[in-house]
Formats: sequence, structure tokens, C-alpha cells
Amino acid sequence: MGKATRAAYGETLVELVEEGLNIVVVEADLSGSTTTAKLGAAYPERLVNVGIAEQNMTCVAAGLSATGRIAFTGSFAVFGAGRAYEQIRNTVCYNNFDVKIAPTHSGVTVGPDGGSHQMLEDIALMRVLPNMRVLVPADYVSAKAAIRLAAKTPGPFYVRLGRVGVPDVYEEGFELELGRAYILREGTDVTLAACGIEVAKALEAAEMLQKQGISAEVLDMVSVKPLDVDTLVESVLKTGRIVTCEEHSVLGGLGSAVSEVLSEVAPTPTRRIGVADRFGTSGTPDELIEYFGLGADAIVEAALELFRL
Amino acid sequence: MSVSAFDGEKVKSIATRMRIDIIEMLAEAKSGHPGGSLSAADIVATLYFGGVLKYDPSDLCDKMRDRFVLSKGHAAPVQYAALAEAGIIERKELLGLRKLGHMLQGHPDASKTPGVEVSTGSLGQGISVSCGMALGLKIDGGSQRVFCLTGDGELDEGQVWEAAMFAAHEKLDNLTVIVDNNGLQIDGLCCDVMSLGDIGAKFSAFGFDVLEVDGHDCFALHEAFTTPPCKDKPRVIIAHTHKGKGVSFMEDKASWHGTAPSLEQAKSACDELCAPKGSDA
Repeated sequence: MGKATRAAYGETLVELVEEGLNIVVVEADLSGSTTTAKLGAAYPERLVNVGIAEQNMTCVAAGLSATGRIAFTGSFAVFGAGRAYEQIRNTVCYNNFDVKIAPTHSGVTVGPDGGSHQMLEDIALMRVLPNMRVLVPADYVSAKAAIRLAAKTPGPFYVRLGRVGVPDVYEEGFELELGRAYILREGTDVTLAACGIEVAKALEAAEMLQKQGISAEVLDMVSVKPLDVDTLVESVLKTGRIVTCEEHSVLGGLGSAVSEVLSEVAPTPTRRIGVADRFGTSGTPDELIEYFGLGADAIVEAALELFRL
Repeated sequence: MSVSAFDGEKVKSIATRMRIDIIEMLAEAKSGHPGGSLSAADIVATLYFGGVLKYDPSDLCDKMRDRFVLSKGHAAPVQYAALAEAGIIERKELLGLRKLGHMLQGHPDASKTPGVEVSTGSLGQGISVSCGMALGLKIDGGSQRVFCLTGDGELDEGQVWEAAMFAAHEKLDNLTVIVDNNGLQIDGLCCDVMSLGDIGAKFSAFGFDVLEVDGHDCFALHEAFTTPPCKDKPRVIIAHTHKGKGVSFMEDKASWHGTAPSLEQAKSACDELCAPKGSDA
């Protein structure tokens, strides 16, 4: 198992500061968990802690960006994106401030803390905001690339990070391009379009499908917004079927974004893997992935269903 | 501008002109918020035209400028009147208030209106943004100040107190929060809708330097604005005002929070504002 995507956060910020970027991170008393404490340890003046106050955190970051800084915020997804949603909308996005919301602890893999802490609606909330770009990296390396891309591209970003270790998908040195999907495996029979930790699950599912004689194409839809419509359409025109996979509510996230586009330009039989319209629950991350039907076998089953249509 | 050079009479007459502009633009727009715009006119006039706010109308991006954030964004007309008076926007723009395709939005939009630092309108967020600005300017070692105007009803928002805690903790002595303390919010008297208690004591308990002034006395406002900062303490100036100030039929009435005057009412209001001083004596 590789490192968690959150492990990329503090580390990458330190690197970016060392490269001369005028970065500041505003935290809400979770700098140890989010790993931004690493930046604070190396450069204390670059870490501002507002205490347990995510709404203030978000707007203080906006004010800091107004004085020429690239401002990141910390916290967990349910608070950093959820509790501060209206601040992100009206202060960060409406003003198009250079603020990057990069909360850790998204999805069910937060684990034993339970439903209150398992953010399953953040992609939905963030992708509908004008000016906001949404990146959902699959592993530690792509999380580093996503943080770098966000830092170097002016304007608001949402970079969705997770708590637990995930399999490595990319090689060190990978650079991310905004609005691009990555074809991780070519195939002809079904497209598996995934984001975040579900990318590794989709790759696993593709292997399983191969054993059944089905050739699956795996796309990493890391840039949920802007979405790489060309790659997506090209893939489904070839395969004729698509399964979307995300560690998020099945409502409003990647599956919805993909369906919205394809229904207009290339209607395609689709199955959406995600958490059904419900809250999370306590358990270990691995147990929860299975419990909520986010594992490779669930993806395989969804793909096979498309062949039975 | 030094304190001695302060021309209070000039500022007062500018405030009156701004009030007339507010009434006229709202009547033309047929919607908007007269009460809280009129209550803040003397505060905003003193900031912009009393030599308090350091800004260069011809260089709005000057890094050395002071920042003004209108957290009570519904009072946008008072800022628009000041921007027109300062020559930052053209006077004719005032009549485009709230109209499609014009620069003056119902609530301040920094992307559309020159001279607006931050788009505001959702209450309670302006103080936090001001804190971030003040911190950034302080870290950079500049002498710029940040002035943030909030309403008293706005203090209901919990985020205000998150920001107050932060401002004191970070020793933001370049931050001045001005409370337009007119005692009214949409649903009625602040003390009936949600008791605020002693606002000064609350800010003081958070670590603010607290000043209280008559918010319609330009001389007192000027003195408060130019009082040197207390080292390491943010400041709050509680400016006691009357909602709808200057227009007798609007004064102290919650119903004029968000209702535009008819053309007839606007004429009557402007006549009253134009009347020479002491004419009602």
C-alpha cells in the first residue's frame, strides 16, 4: 500500500515555498492530521491557525490572497468544504480569489469516526461553483501533482485528499494537466471512469474483467472540473459502455458530471459506482469500501450488467 | 491629512450629497436598502473624504493603499455614492444601480465596480476577509490599515466572533472594525430580534480596543479614525447611528431597511436633505 494522498499536502507546500512561491496555509486546528504542520515546522510564518473556525479560516485565506499570497486552507472535507460552503461560494469563488481548498479526510475511508466525518457530498458541492476547479487525485504522487497544479494556476481550486494509504498508480515525477483525463489502460469493451481511490479499484476490476475476456479501458478522471470531454467521448464511442467509480455519493459527483455530458453528446449505457443516497457509518476503511459497494468486485458486477442489457 | 486640517463642514456637506445620491439611485432602481445606507453616510464620507482612508483614485491597485471592506454589503449605495464623489466611477453610473448590464450590483461586486476591494453581501464574512488582509499587510511590514464596516444586526453571525477572536490573537492593530450601530435589523429592533447585549464589552472581552462615537458627528468620527492604534490590539469603533438618518419619514424605521422610496417619496426626501440647516428650527 502506498502513502495517503494527504501525506502529499504539507510536504508539497514546503517544496513550493522552497521554490519561491508565496504560499500560506490557513488551518483550523487540524494541522497534524492534514499534515500542514510540516509547513508550519519548516516555515512557521507560513502557517496561520485560526482555531476551530472553518468559516473564518476560509475568509482569512481569501483576505491573505488579496495581499498577493497563494492561500491554501486545511481541515477535513466535511468542515473545510461543508461547513464553510457559503464562504467558499460568496467570498472565494465570487471574488475569484487565489484560494485553494484542499481538505483531507474525504469519503468513507475516514473510517471509524463514522458518518459525521465521512464527506460524501463535496464533489457535488464544489463542482457547481463558478470559477472553482475540482481535482480528485488517485494516489500520493498525483496528489502532489494536483497540489502543485493548483498552486501554480490562479484562482480557486478544490483538491480532494484522503486519510488512509492507497495503492500507488503513478510514478514519481508525474505532472498533472488541468482538464485532462489519463488513460491508464486501453480497452475496447467497457470504459471504467474513476477518480480518487477508486482509480486503483477500477484497475483491479479491469484485471478481473480481462480474465472473463472483457477488455476494459480505465480512465483517471482526476480533473472532475474541467472534465476532459474529448477523452471521455472518444473512449465511450469505442467501448459503448461506461461505469463511473467514485468514493462519493452517487448523486452529484463524477458519475453525475459524466452522465450530464454523455447524455448530451454521446448517450451511453451507464452504471454509477458510489455510495447510494445515504450517510456513512463506522468501520475500517477496507470494510467500508466493501460495505458501500465500492470495491473492484462491485465495479466488475456493474460492468457485467451493462453486457446483459 | 493631519487632524488640524480636517474640514468637518466639507465632509458633512459631502455626506449630505451622498445621501441625496442614495435616495435618487434607489428610487431609480426601485429596490435596494436605504436605511442602512443612510445610517452609514457620515461614516463613509469621513473615511473617504476626511483624509482617513489613504487611496489614490487614479491608482486603485497601489499596494500602499488602505483597504475598505463593506461587510454590510446591502449598504452598497453609500459606497457607490462615495466612489462617484471620489471620481472613481462616473456619476451617471449611479442611475444604473441594480440594472442588468450595469456596473453597480445590488451588493458590491469587486469584479464589476472599480474601487470595491471585496465582493460582499453575505453577512459576517467581511470581517474575516479584513483580518486576512490586515495580517498579510502586517507580515509584509506595511503601514496600510484595513477598515471594515459592519452592521449591528450583522453581529448575529457567529463568524464575526470567530474573526474577532482571530484579530485579537494575531494582534491586528492595523484593523479597525466600525459597527454601524443603528439598532435595527430586517425584522425589527436588534434587541427584540436577537439581543446583542453590550457590544463594546463583547469586543473588549475578545481583546479589542473599543471606542464609541456619535456616528453622525463627522468630527467625532474623524477623531476616532485618526486616534493612533493601541499597540497589538485591533480596534472597534461603535458608531451610534440612526437607520434612515436625514430623511425624517425613514428614520429609525425597520421597514425602510430594504424598501426603495417612490419617486414622490424620493423628492420629499431630497427636499428635506437639501433644506438649509436650521430651517426646521
